[in-house]
Amino acid sequence: MIVYLFILLAVLAIGSALAMVINKNVVNSALFLVINMVSLAGIYLLLNAQFLAVIQILVYAGAIMVLFLFVIMLLNVEDEEKLFDKFRVKYFLAFILGAAVVGQIFYSIAGVTDMLPEISSNMAEIGTVEEAGDVLYTKYLLPFEMTAILLTAAVVGALMVAQYKIKKG
Amino acid sequence: MLDSYFPILILAGIAIVLALLLMTLSRILGPYRPNKHKLNPYESGMDPVGEARERYSISFYLVAMEFIVFDLEVVFIYPWAVRYLDLGLGTFISMMVFITILLIGLLYTLKKGTLDWDLKTNKI
Repeated sequence: MIVYLFILLAVLAIGSALAMVINKNVVNSALFLVINMVSLAGIYLLLNAQFLAVIQILVYAGAIMVLFLFVIMLLNVEDEEKLFDKFRVKYFLAFILGAAVVGQIFYSIAGVTDMLPEISSNMAEIGTVEEAGDVLYTKYLLPFEMTAILLTAAVVGALMVAQYKIKKG
Repeated sequence: MLDSYFPILILAGIAIVLALLLMTLSRILGPYRPNKHKLNPYESGMDPVGEARERYSISFYLVAMEFIVFDLEVVFIYPWAVRYLDLGLGTFISMMVFITILLIGLLYTLKKGTLDWDLKTNKI
């Protein structure tokens, strides 16, 4: 059952990722990315990373996608044009690099015999919210507080960039 | 462990099947005779001008940025809310420090006029 679910989610993830890259309309690409992220959340759930699955939907499929769509609306991107004729060398190099990455992925897949590793009951506990809280608020307290400063810096930075643009324009 | 998520799978399955079923049924049963005027976007009887996607004000982007920051704050509050009774007062104080730092950021942006939509007072 779990293997069939994994195959379904993996095909959905790869298919939506391909559709995202191939699609010429930017907003449609963004919506395909949502499908990709939701199917990734399903795969996380199959690996018993339950907290991570919820975060994936909440933050990536929610907040990050909102940011992507806002950037698309701000930039007002037109439909994609063909670049093949203009940058032949770049296109060739990109193909070689992409083929290298795909080859690396296939090489690492070939070494795996089982489809999904068996998850022991000890490992299954790690992915829960309780375990994440226990570690985050005792052992990793300082990085947690640093995150607050990082987020504040992000907001202030976005504000500064926005105000700079308006003053210049 | 994963058995408790089975109802969510059923819910997602029903939602997808229902959406596809309704779309195919309306396509099969409903008449579909398009022409140029039917497919035009309706703008109060006028001929449409320009693209549907206009450039937006950057104020919307700043609001989205605030949303992401407080969404991430909520993500950190979830595990804390589950565990704070067991972990004691120190965890409570550290979470309050976390919230206070983000609150200072919010107050700064409010002072700079991020959420100010009135054009006369908007500093952005």
